[in-house]
Amino acid sequence: MSEHNSNKPVSFQEKLEKNVFALVLATAMIVSVGGIVEIVPLFYIDSTFEDKAHPEYEELSGVRPYTALELAGRDIYQREGCYLCHSQMVRPFRDEKDRYGHYSLAVESKYDHPFQWGSKRTGPDIARLGGKYSDAWHVQHLRSPRSVVPESIMPNYTWLDDSTIDGAGIEKRVKAMKVLGVPYSDDDIKNAAASVEGKTEMQALVSYLQVLGTMIKFQPGRDYRD
Amino acid sequence: MQAEQQYSFEIVKWFAYMAVVYLVIGTGLGVYIASELAWPLLYITIPFSDINLVFGNPDNPYTSFGRLRPLHTNTVIFAFGGSTLMATAYYIVQRTSAVRLWSDKLAWFTFWGWNLVILGFAITLPMGITQSKEYAEMEWPLDILLAVVWLVYSFNFIMTLSIRKISHIYVANWFFLAMMVMITYLHIINSLAIPVELFKSYSIFAGVQDAMIQWWWGHNAVGFFLTAGFLGIMYYFVPKQANRPVYSYRLSVIHFWALTFGYVWLGAHHLQYTALPDWTGSLGAAISLAMIIPSWGGAINGMFTLSGAWDKLRTDYILRFLIVSLAFYAMSTFEGPIMASKTVNALSHYTDWTIGHVHAGALGWVAMVSIGAIYHMVEKLWGTTIWSVKLVNLHFWMATIGTAVYITAMWVSGIMQGLMWRAYDDYGNLAYTFVESVAQTHPYYAMRAVGGLIFFLGACVMLFNITVTIRKAVADSSAKTAALANAHI
Repeated sequence: MSEHNSNKPVSFQEKLEKNVFALVLATAMIVSVGGIVEIVPLFYIDSTFEDKAHPEYEELSGVRPYTALELAGRDIYQREGCYLCHSQMVRPFRDEKDRYGHYSLAVESKYDHPFQWGSKRTGPDIARLGGKYSDAWHVQHLRSPRSVVPESIMPNYTWLDDSTIDGAGIEKRVKAMKVLGVPYSDDDIKNAAASVEGKTEMQALVSYLQVLGTMIKFQPGRDYRD
Repeated sequence: MQAEQQYSFEIVKWFAYMAVVYLVIGTGLGVYIASELAWPLLYITIPFSDINLVFGNPDNPYTSFGRLRPLHTNTVIFAFGGSTLMATAYYIVQRTSAVRLWSDKLAWFTFWGWNLVILGFAITLPMGITQSKEYAEMEWPLDILLAVVWLVYSFNFIMTLSIRKISHIYVANWFFLAMMVMITYLHIINSLAIPVELFKSYSIFAGVQDAMIQWWWGHNAVGFFLTAGFLGIMYYFVPKQANRPVYSYRLSVIHFWALTFGYVWLGAHHLQYTALPDWTGSLGAAISLAMIIPSWGGAINGMFTLSGAWDKLRTDYILRFLIVSLAFYAMSTFEGPIMASKTVNALSHYTDWTIGHVHAGALGWVAMVSIGAIYHMVEKLWGTTIWSVKLVNLHFWMATIGTAVYITAMWVSGIMQGLMWRAYDDYGNLAYTFVESVAQTHPYYAMRAVGGLIFFLGACVMLFNITVTIRKAVADSSAKTAALANAHI
């Protein structure tokens, strides 16, 4: 380090190097900038969500909270780490449209606490999986992926048949989602336990997979993202 | 020797040794899950026993890829990386401040607290207890424990600096401070959740905002935990091992402020072309490109520290680890901005290229610089020399070759996947089904597992070498003490 010459004024950098608390404070301020600029506006700018930017597109109001059974399935989806190999985010490219369907909108995951967009496609994107295959296909595929897709490297999820969904637990989870602002009605909470009665984890997961990407009925020729 | 005793080095010894243990476990887990992807139905029966090692285990939830992958990432990041950062921070802050740690008790609290966090996630993650946010999978009780330990660690570090006997705070400590501040922000905000049960919570953020906050965390876990902290390591151990001053003080000032200001913006580049508004992704990409400057400034600063002493690379194996780590750092911080640019990202995102990029940084940079620092510290802490220099050299080549094999495999498979997914035939139809790309990836997944295995075996060599070194050093010193004691009788 350069020797400080007593005739020279002390630079700001040098002051920081001599005072740990000032250095911490300066660093704490500098590292805040990027996060504040990129994150905070997402909570305030209307154009972040397509239904705010385009209130005239009625199909966008089709996004609804998950049913209790779907929510239970979503919890299993997280538990098994499905998001590590499957994305749920179709990008606006020709090949992705042909392979997966309409590009994903922000409004489609507005009730997803936490989001499940994923970061890797070891398996295909499943943002628009709902309705593409029958329930029976999904059950067979989850139990033994290679029996329907021979080249698959997905694990077998045989244990999903062994457990049923806990009704009291799912009621608590629906309530927690309501606290977070997901618009569940009192009836939704009251009926949550009964609606999952006797359902296996397999059935819950399949019901979640079958709703993915189906809530908006996309209208041809509309540009949802500016 | 008198000066050495004024420092509390016992804590450093324990963290440094545990770091190596966790390096072996973490990379071992990586090899296992890489094998699951390469050979989803491979059974290995251990001879003369009923034990089956099953890759892609069809019936055992606890070893399935989706549950073990978070265990691998958390083990290498928090167990190995975290232990290394604690060991080196405690070591560097004492030596560059010429004072003992502000509190030994708090330092030991961080040791047991940190290992409790590790034990906690080692149990809960294979059980599927997860918040499902990448590199932040731990459920809320562990998140709280981690935050407490982290704050105590930071507080002890800052207080030690506040009582230092050297007028200026050395540059390595700036980087540690930046890491401590930023990781506190990131961990607390990204982990905000409503607990439903003891081991189940829901993130308070949803959808697009949650995605941005997660990748603000995700990229800065890389940028601050795995970069700023390890740059602190670089700024102390490279000059020490080379026995030369840092190349340029001015460059390190620029490096520090540009890096701390810039890194924070990069998270958005993980979300290009997604439902995140375009302005955010583009901003992330633009700053990402600019980040080449501070990153390369830092790499050059480290490498040029060897100016006039390049011949040391021929004989000093520890220095080799440190310098090669800087080469990988320069390489992956060049690759990163390229991958963040929109055109390349359209191809590379969602593919194995990303995994390759992460491992160029994680194996080539983070692990290599840590390994160099730990070998250096073992010699100093136990007042000895490494038992086998040949094994250090062997480890160096295994680590380098393993990393090269790994990232080459992932480059090829990643670019192949990107090209196959977007290929069209002459009739305007998609040329390949998705699963055809999976089938084509197999040889590269096998190659990746082999590269990882070589790296893992190198880590085993290191654990063996330093264990023998420490045992001999301890035996020698107790023999000396005994001899001294006898002489006095």
